[in-house]
Amino acid sequence: MEILVCVKRVPDTAENEITIKGDGTDIQRDDLVYSVNEWDNYATEEAIQIRDKVGGAVTVVTVGDSEAEEILRRQMAMGADKGILLADDAFEGSDGRGIASILKAEILKGKYDLILTGAQADDGAAQVGGMLAAMLDWPYASLVNKIEIDGKKLKIGREIEGGNQEMNEIELPCVLSIQTGINEPRYVGIRGIRKVASVEIPSHGAGDLGIAAGSVGAAAARVKRADYFTPVMGKGAEMLEGSMEEKIDKLIELLKAKGGLK
Amino acid sequence: MAQIFAYIAHKNGVVEDSAAELAVAAKKIDAAAQPTAIVTGSGSTLDSACQGAAKLYAQVWKLDNAALAYPNGEVVRKALAKIVPAGSIVLIPHDTFGMDMAPGLSIKLDAAYAADIVGLDGLSGATLKAVRQEFAGMAHTHVTIDTAKGAVLTLRPGSFQPDGSSASGSVTDKSGDAGDLGAKRRFLQVVEAETGDVDITKADVLVSVGRGIEDAENISIAQELAEAMGAVVSCSRPIVDAKWLEKSRQVGTSGKTVKPKVYMAMGISGSFQHLGGLKGSPFIVAVNKNPKAPIFQVADVGIVENILEFMPALTEKIGG
Ligand SMILES: Cc1cc2nc3c(=O)[nH]c(=O)nc-3n(C[C@H](O)[C@H](O)[C@H](O)COP(=O)(O)OP(=O)(O)OC[C@H]3O[C@@H](n4cnc5c(N)ncnc54)[C@H](O)[C@@H]3O)c2cc1C
Ligand SMILES: Cc1cc2nc3c(=O)[nH]c(=O)nc-3n(C[C@H](O)[C@H](O)[C@H](O)COP(=O)(O)OP(=O)(O)OC[C@H]3O[C@@H](n4cnc5c(N)ncnc54)[C@H](O)[C@@H]3O)c2cc1C
Repeated sequence: MEILVCVKRVPDTAENEITIKGDGTDIQRDDLVYSVNEWDNYATEEAIQIRDKVGGAVTVVTVGDSEAEEILRRQMAMGADKGILLADDAFEGSDGRGIASILKAEILKGKYDLILTGAQADDGAAQVGGMLAAMLDWPYASLVNKIEIDGKKLKIGREIEGGNQEMNEIELPCVLSIQTGINEPRYVGIRGIRKVASVEIPSHGAGDLGIAAGSVGAAAARVKRADYFTPVMGKGAEMLEGSMEEKIDKLIELLKAKGGLK
Repeated sequence: MAQIFAYIAHKNGVVEDSAAELAVAAKKIDAAAQPTAIVTGSGSTLDSACQGAAKLYAQVWKLDNAALAYPNGEVVRKALAKIVPAGSIVLIPHDTFGMDMAPGLSIKLDAAYAADIVGLDGLSGATLKAVRQEFAGMAHTHVTIDTAKGAVLTLRPGSFQPDGSSASGSVTDKSGDAGDLGAKRRFLQVVEAETGDVDITKADVLVSVGRGIEDAENISIAQELAEAMGAVVSCSRPIVDAKWLEKSRQVGTSGKTVKPKVYMAMGISGSFQHLGGLKGSPFIVAVNKNPKAPIFQVADVGIVENILEFMPALTEKIGG
C-alpha cells in the first residue's frame, strides 16, 4: 500500500507560553519550540504499522518553509520511507483550502492508495483532510481511531461523542484523518534522527506542481486573520497567592465550604 | 444578501441544543436574516425533528431518504451540495459530525470555510468578521471571511446562547431534490464506549489530572490525594491516549459528562473538548504552572504551582 501522511510543523503548546505581539498581528514566534503536530505523529505511526503489515511505502509531506524539513526527518526517523517538502514563497499565507490544493497537486503526481492527515492542528480547524478528499473526489472519514485492511476496502472506526465508535466501511483510495489514541507512536531518539540526517529531501514549488500563481497563498485566501487579541473574560478564577503553605490552607478552607472536604 | 442555512442535528426525533444556537448565530451574522433549517433523516424521527426545528426557524427543509437514516457525513454532504444554492452561508455545529462533513462541503459549494467559530461580529458587505481560538485556546483571533461566493461555517457548541425566541415555521419537503446518494463510505454500526470499574459520573468530588502529571508513575500522587479527600480520580484525554488511566475516567466531549460538586483540575489546560464534559456548574479548582493557562478563565479558584509538589503537600495537610 502506498501511503502519504500529511504533517504540519506547529508551536508545541505544552512547551510554550503563547504571547501575543504588542500590535496584535501575530504571536511571539521568536523563541517558540516547534514540533510535529501531535495528531500527525499518530498518523505516521499508523501508516508505518500498515506498511509493516501489508507492504508498500510511507511518504511524509509538509507544506512549509525550509525549517519544516526537520519534522520530515523526524517522521523518517520513526520509519517513514520518504519525505517531500512543498515550499514556495507563493504558498505563504494560504488558508486551509490553499494548503489542501497544494497537497492535492503533489498527490496527483504520485500514485497513492491512502492519505492520512491528523484530525486537527494548532489552528484547531480540522479542515485540510476533508477539503483534500473533496478536491480529489475520494471518500473521507475523520477522527479515525481504528483501521482494518480488507482488500480494496478498509473497515474503520470513527470516534464520536461520548467516546463511542462509529464503524464504517470505506473504499480505497481514500483520505482519513487520524484521532489521537489510535496507537502508541514510537519514540524517536537522537540516534534515529542522525541516521536520516543526510537523506536527500526533495522540495517542490508551485512550478513543479503546476500550481498557478495567485491560486494559493495570501491573495487567494478567503479567510484571513485580522488580528490576535486577548478577550475580555468573565471574572476568571480567584487566584490564591502566597507561599505554598498559605495556598494550601486557604484551599482547604474553601474546599470545606464547598463540600470538597468533610 | 446571502441566504443562511442551518444544519439541524437531532437524535431520536429531538433536535439538539445546537439547533437553537445556530438560529442565534444567524441573527449575529445578519439581524434581518430569515435562516432556513435543513433537517436530514428518515421516517418518523425525521418528522418529529422537523417539528422541533419549526419551533425555531420560519422555514424548514426536510430531506427524507433511507440513506440519510444515520448521519453519514459523506452522504449528507452529497445531499447538501445538491440542494443548497450557490452563494449561501451554511451553519453547522462543530462536533464530530460537522468536522467530518463540513470542510468537504465548502469545496463542493466552492464556498469559504471557517471552523470552530466562537463569536460573530456581523457582515459588512460580503465580509464576515468572526472570532476563533488557536493554540488550544491560548490565543484568540478575529478572522475575516469573504462570503462573496458563500461560506460554510462550523460553530463551537455552547458558544451562542439561545435567546428563547420561537417560530412556527413551515416544513418544505425537498427530498426529491437530493439526487443520487450513493457513497463510497458505508455506515455499519455504533460501538458503545466500554464502561469501566468506576463511574466518575456519580462522584461528588473529582481529582482530575491532565498532561501536567508528566509521567505514568505520578498518577499515584493523584490517587493518594483523591483517597485523602474521599474523591475519585478522573483525567483529560492525553492521559487515556497514553494508557495511564482507562477510558472510562476521561472527562470531555469524547469521554464522560460529569456533574461533581467540586472539580480539581490538576495540570489541565482547559480545552473546550475537556470542559464540554463538565456540567452542573461545579466549584472548579485549577492548579497549573502556567499563569496564562485558559483553565483559569473558567475556574473558581486558581493556584499557580507545580502539581507534582502541590498535590503531595495538600495530601499531607489533609492527613492522607
Ligand atoms: C505566516 C502564516 C500566515 C497564515 N495566513 C493565513 C491566512 O491568511 N488565512 C488562513 O486561513 N490561514 C492562514 N494561516 C494558517 C495556515 O494556512 C494553516 O496552516 C492552514 O489553515 C491549515 O492548518 P490548520 O491548522 O487549519 O490544519 P488542520 O486542518 O486543523 O490540520 C489537519 C491536518 O491537515 C494536515 N495539514 C495541515 N496543514 C498542513 C501543512 N501545512 N502541510 C501538510 N499537512 C498539513 C495535517 O495532517 C494536519 O494534522 C497562516 C499561517 C502562517 C504560518
Ligand atoms: C474531536 C476531539 C475530541 C476530544 N475530546 C476530548 C475529551 O473528551 N477530553 C479531553 O480532555 N480532551 C479531548 N480532546 C483533546 C483536547 O483538544 C486537548 O488536547 C486536551 O484536552 C488537552 O489535555 P490537557 O489539558 O491534559 O493537556 P495540555 O493541553 O497539554 O495541558 C497540560 C497543562 O498542564 C500544565 N502543566 C504541565 N506541567 C505541569 C506541572 N508540573 N504542574 C502544573 N501544571 C503543569 C501546562 O501548563 C498545561 O496547561 C479532544 C480533541 C478532539 C479533536
